Amino acid sequence: MSKRRPYVRPMGGWWKKNPFYVEYMVHESTALFVAAYAITLLVGLVRLGQGEAAWNGWLEAMKSPLSIVAHLAFLVAIAYHAFTWFKLFPLTMPPIIVNGKKLEPEVVVGSGWTAAILAALALLGIVWRIAA
Amino acid sequence: MKTRKRSNAPIFWGLFGAGGMLAALFGPMLVFITGVAIPLGLLLPAGTMSYPKMLAFAQNFIGKGFIFAVISLFLWHAAHRIFHSLHEIGIHAGFGAKLLTYGVALIGTVVSAVVLLRVGF
Amino acid sequence: MVPLVKRQTRKGKHPMSEQKIIEIEVLRYKPESDQAPHSEVYKVPFTDDMSVLQGVQYIKDNFDGSLTFRWSCRMAICGSCGMMINGIPKLSCESFLRDYYPNRITVEALANFPIEKDLVVDLSGFIEKLEAIQPYIIPKEPRTLEQGEYIQTPEQFSQYIQFTSCINCTLCYAACPQVGLNPDFIGPAAMALLHRYNMDSRDGGQAQRMELVASEEGVYNCSAVGYCSEVCPKHVDPGNAVNVNKINAAKDYFLRFLSPKGGAQ
Ligand code: SF4
Ligand code: FES
Repeated sequence: MSKRRPYVRPMGGWWKKNPFYVEYMVHESTALFVAAYAITLLVGLVRLGQGEAAWNGWLEAMKSPLSIVAHLAFLVAIAYHAFTWFKLFPLTMPPIIVNGKKLEPEVVVGSGWTAAILAALALLGIVWRIAA
Repeated sequence: MKTRKRSNAPIFWGLFGAGGMLAALFGPMLVFITGVAIPLGLLLPAGTMSYPKMLAFAQNFIGKGFIFAVISLFLWHAAHRIFHSLHEIGIHAGFGAKLLTYGVALIGTVVSAVVLLRVGF
Repeated sequence: MVPLVKRQTRKGKHPMSEQKIIEIEVLRYKPESDQAPHSEVYKVPFTDDMSVLQGVQYIKDNFDGSLTFRWSCRMAICGSCGMMINGIPKLSCESFLRDYYPNRITVEALANFPIEKDLVVDLSGFIEKLEAIQPYIIPKEPRTLEQGEYIQTPEQFSQYIQFTSCINCTLCYAACPQVGLNPDFIGPAAMALLHRYNMDSRDGGQAQRMELVASEEGVYNCSAVGYCSEVCPKHVDPGNAVNVNKINAAKDYFLRFLSPKGGAQ
């Protein structure tokens, strides 16, 4: 008779067991902030559709200290999302071959971060031009 | 041989990826503009987000598309990640978790589409 | 570099008083009597050239002959000696006691696998996964003997060489929480091997293998934690094989109506 009785260890709290996993959970949880910001914008859009008074009410609400603090938190979290999003590119993207050689991970990540900075500046520039 | 069920994940994974990319490229600056600079009157000209300007933006084709993409894709991105995280911390709520994540994204997508269509062109 | 002279004195015979002793805490499990695993601590005398594997062997030889673990080559090539060392999946034959001393080290069976006994895990699920990926060349155009061998250029070879280095040590499975959460997930090393064949210019089996890649046991279980590639002792980067195939499977999902061949139903 077989004496086999393989023991399956529980998974509870697995993400606390290694700093690598903790970082993973932190960058995954940026999604909560992305969601909160998207819902803020959605509310703004709905208010915009309801007319000028409603829109101005939304703009006013965005000035409350609570809103400013919340948006500073969104800013940090979403910037961290951007940072980690491109940091994972060597893992998540097919290798890029240039002249028969695989592009170094540092180059891939660096290009991603550069693109993010350029995109942010371009956005600011466009908003500026539309507003002026 | 075992018959396997094809996963429908590509749809949600695709939306997750698109939203993640958009949030990585424009997210921080968008938050800064709408949530910090405009409310505090920093940097940008006064009235950048005034009613006439924003209405015109929402009526413009490109503006409409941008607003729609940002709101809906951000929501789908977040929904997918949160759904996975719930599973990872041991909440296998099945339908409830789906409703809370993808359901919210779907409602947000529909609502923003309706508003953007109703503000006219 | 350690100066040669110093090394020689270190390697020379130690008087007993100089003997260093490290505490090794081992997770033990005897299926015939234990309900659950428990830890036991052993005080192991060691020299600077001793690996964790040798420390565990010392325990078996001197304290408890029933301690069970796998090993063979002692040179990081057979892939059988993987253990969680201080919670990190490592080959015990290439981890050295001196790097942990004077702290106690904990040694546990590889995570995310059922424990068979002590440090030995049940690999049958992994073996089934390896079989499921059809780990052999499915020729694009079968050739007869008269037609000669399948020609491959060095450039074509370089497409998949990295994925041939896998030694099936399963450290990447022990590093992958998604494997722990869903044991049916095909997992990193099997996907790396699958990708190795898909990327081989002589192989035409990509469409056949897609059924598994795109299935519910397939690549979308991965949430890009990336620790698998981090712990891999052979730089296979199995995580990249998994993630590249998400893109392949997505193409297959959306384009299957255009070119109906292969893939799951
Ligand atoms: S991919 Fe690396 S870590 Fe995984 S089994 Fe192969 S050699 Fe080991
Ligand atoms: S004993 Fe062979 S890899 Fe360690």
